[in-house]
Order: sequence, then C-alpha cells, then structure tokens
Amino acid sequence: MKIAVPVKFVPDLVEELTIDPGGTALDTSWLRLIINEFDDHAVEQAILLKERVGGQVIVAMAEAEGADDFLFASAAKGADQLIRLTGDFSSSNNHALARALADLLKELKPDLILTGVQAHNDLDGSIGPLLAEYLGLPYVGYVAGLTAAADMVTVRKEYAGGLIAEMEVKLPAVLGIQAAEQPPRYVAYSKIRQVMSTAKIEERAVASLDLSGGITISRMFQPEVTERATMMGGSPEEVADKVIEIFKELGTL
Amino acid sequence: MDQDIFVVIEHLRGQIADVSYVMLAGARQLTQDTGGKVMAVLLGHNAQGLANSLAADGVLYIDHPALAEFNSDAYQIALASMIKERSPRLVIFGHSSIGMDIASGLSAKLGIPVVNSCRTFTADGKFVSQICGGKIMAEGDLPTPTALITMVPGGYKSEQGQSTQSATMTAASTPALDGIRIRLKQYIEPDTSDLDIARETMLVSVGRGIQNKDNIELANELAEALGCAVSASRPVVDQGWMPTTRLVGKSGKRVKPKIYLALGISGAPEHVEGMSDSQVIIAVNTDPNAPIYNIARYGTTVDMFDLLPVLTDKIKQAR
Repeated sequence: MKIAVPVKFVPDLVEELTIDPGGTALDTSWLRLIINEFDDHAVEQAILLKERVGGQVIVAMAEAEGADDFLFASAAKGADQLIRLTGDFSSSNNHALARALADLLKELKPDLILTGVQAHNDLDGSIGPLLAEYLGLPYVGYVAGLTAAADMVTVRKEYAGGLIAEMEVKLPAVLGIQAAEQPPRYVAYSKIRQVMSTAKIEERAVASLDLSGGITISRMFQPEVTERATMMGGSPEEVADKVIEIFKELGTL
Repeated sequence: MDQDIFVVIEHLRGQIADVSYVMLAGARQLTQDTGGKVMAVLLGHNAQGLANSLAADGVLYIDHPALAEFNSDAYQIALASMIKERSPRLVIFGHSSIGMDIASGLSAKLGIPVVNSCRTFTADGKFVSQICGGKIMAEGDLPTPTALITMVPGGYKSEQGQSTQSATMTAASTPALDGIRIRLKQYIEPDTSDLDIARETMLVSVGRGIQNKDNIELANELAEALGCAVSASRPVVDQGWMPTTRLVGKSGKRVKPKIYLALGISGAPEHVEGMSDSQVIIAVNTDPNAPIYNIARYGTTVDMFDLLPVLTDKIKQAR
C-alpha cells in the first residue's frame, strides 16, 4: 500500500506569541515552528500501517526551518520517500497549500493519504478535506485507528463523549488523523544522523500559489480577559497552604 | 441577495449535539446586524421530530435513507445542492467531528471561502476566530456573497438556541445521493468499565506539563490523599499515559465537578469545552500566559513538581 502523509509546521505554543506591527498576523521573527502534533500522529499511523500490511510511506511538506530534520526523522522511523515543496509560502493559506499538495499527489497516486485532522493555526479550512475535494476523494476525519484491506479501509471515527463510529471508506481516500494507535515513536538522534547520509529529500518547486478561497484577517489580537484567575504566589509550601484553604472553604477537605 | 443564515444541525442517534444550539444562538445575534432569517438545516431520515427544540425562523429538511446517519459524502452532496439553489449569506457548521468533515470540502467544491474556529460575531458582523490553542483571536469581515463557518463553543449559550415552539418545516429538494464511498458499519459505545469522571465531585486533572508517564504517580498520590479521581487532557491520553475513559474535553467527557485541579494543562479550547462548567477551577501551570488562567478561579505558576509532594503531604496531615 502506498501511503502519503502531507504535514505542516505550526507555531510552538510553548513560546510566547506576539502580533506583528501590522496587527493582522503573528510576528514571525522570533517564532519557533514545530510539527503539527496531529500530523506527527499521521506519520506514526502511516508507519504502523506499513509495518502491518507492507508498502511505502511518503512524507511531504512545504519548506520551513526545521523541515529537513523532521523529514529525516520520519525516514529514520520508516518513511521511504521524503519530499519538500519549495517556493514562497510566506503568504500562503490552507487552500493554496492543499492545491499545491494535490498537484503533487496526483502524480504520486497514493492508495491512502493520512494527514492531521487539524492544525491550531488553521483559519481557512483544514488541509485534509480540502485535499480530498481537490483530488475527488472521500474524506473522513477525527480518525483514531484503522485497518486496511485491498480496496477499502475501516476507520474508527471519534465523536463527542467517547462514541466511536466504525466506517468503511473506499480507496483511494484521505483520512484526518486525530491520534495514531500508539504514540509517535521516539528515534535516537544517532539513527537520524545515520539516515541523513543515505536518505535524500526530493525538492518540488511550487511555481505560484493560488490563494483563492482563503479569507482576510483585519485584526489579530490576544484574547481580552474579563475575569482572570486570582494568582497565588510564594513558595510551594505557601501555595499549598492556600490551595488547602480553598479546599476547606468549599467543604471538600 | 438572500441574507439568510443557514445552521447545519448536528445530530447523532436521535440526539441533537449541543453545538447546534450554540450555532443557532450565534446566528440569531448576527441577524440583528445583517437581517435575514435563521434557517436550521436538518439532514436525516425520519428525523423531523428533532426540529422541535430548534430556535430558528424555519427548518429546511432533507429526508433520505442515505442521510440516516452522518456520512460526509452524502452530507456534502445534499448541502452543495442546497447552497447552490438558495445562496444563503452564511452557512454555519460545528467545529466538530461532523462539521469539520464537510465544511472545507464544500469550500473547495463550491469555491466559497470557509472561516475556521469562529467563536463569536462582533456587533458589526465580523467573525472572531479562536486559534493557536486559544492564545490568539483573528477577526475579519465575513467573505461575500456567501461564506462557510465552523463554530467553536464558548461564545454563545446553548439555551439561547433552544425553543419550545417548533419552527415551520420546509422540505428542501433532494439531489441524487449516489456514488457514496463511505459506509457506517457500527457504533462502538464508550468504555464503561472504568469509573465515570463525569460523576466525580472533585478531579485532579493532568495535562502535557506532566511530561512523562512516571510523573502521573504524583497526581495519583494527590488524588488518593484527597479521595478523588484523576482525569487528563488529550495529549496525555494520546501518549498512552492515561486510559481514554479519563479524557476530559471535546472528544472525551464533559465534567462539572466542584473542584477541578488542572495540573500542567494549557487550556486549549478542545479541553475547555469539557470542563468549563466546573464550579471552581484551580490551575497550576508555569506559563503565565496559558489560556487556562482565563477560566480558572485560582492559579499558580509554581512548578507542579515542587508543589505536588508538598501539597499531598499537607493534605494527609489535614485529614
């Protein structure tokens, strides 16, 4: 089975986010990017599937700082083909990115496309369902676990409250991964180093981005807080005493 | 141009999902600025009865066996035809396992822009989306002439989207629903072998900040001293450190304990959806900008690894 996994980088939320002077976008000058965690799960799910049924895994992404490291790490985990899209993605949106990925995937003709169900900075739709429509394929998202047969996959789709729907989807198809069947595996840096000497990243130039279908942001800001938490400062001992006081006040201790 | 706002009603196994009412409430507020009617769009099979509780000016209903259960192929075909035929100003979907499966696909299919994660509309009709785990808001004009929206809960009260007076129901034309490539095989019920965290009066809840599986023991010890259960946010469950039965949030349980002690939880919208009704939230997170502090009553940036052993000891003494 040929499995393609388009992934993207997103701002690391552990870092402080600031708005650029224009007031309509994030300030990218100090922004640290990391893999969209759902995409990380999609890569893991693809590799798990390959280990079960055989085949090959292709990981593709737009160029970004740290992209090569992620691609090589994917190869160390078991990905067979690494692709980096090159071009000016600075003003890109999800519609444009999905179109560029669709052009690539039309050539590669995978049986199955796995991608993260969403990314925290998605504003104009999500990559998976956009891609599915541009490729004329079915899409099911919020997938946590799947089994593959010759012309079909059976997926476990998550609904609210822990309800699961088991669905059969004809191949080829696009699936939005919520969680892989097991956490993304760890690979030692030494193994990545080893792979870097043999694996190669193919470059695909994206000539021009078609941004249509996107949206325009007129203001970006940090949420105004109406009622912020009462902060408890001091040593751990002092904070513990305050927490116990709250427990007592509420009659839970 | 028609200014009606369509709200795609989400329902599963005969139950309307709460986000449907939130969307109706949001649509109602928006029409105060834009005019037009709030139209609930109900797709199903023998599901007319579901329309009774919807606070809408009208209900557009498509009845077809292929729509008996949610199916992204069938839903998209039915909605594409309805949107083309009726050109609404706006179509609102839940930012959920149902809405997210279809809104973006329809955007690509129909060439209509889609706005993700809208939480509220401003008084002058702009969307305000919540992104980056709740840390950033993005505002803009609703694309014209038609726009699609996925809506997150939190901005409107679901009670305001409910009604006891049933709205007029109109049967919308049904397109040919063939070429469906997705089939529901069965539903699998949530695991009930574990305790039900939704019924707990106190929860010690762990998030990504717990760092590894071994550290869960610190939360277990505290919970044991307090005589309560441990729950978790999504990353902890996805790492396999806690079972899915303990998951709080969008895809897990909705809890409303008397005390919710959030340890190393950032407060992403998907999590907040499941615990914002807690009576008192106490948050422990070293990031002073974590969105959890916007909903918590009390907070501290003291490192939980310093705090937990001390707190557990003191609680044992206080017992």
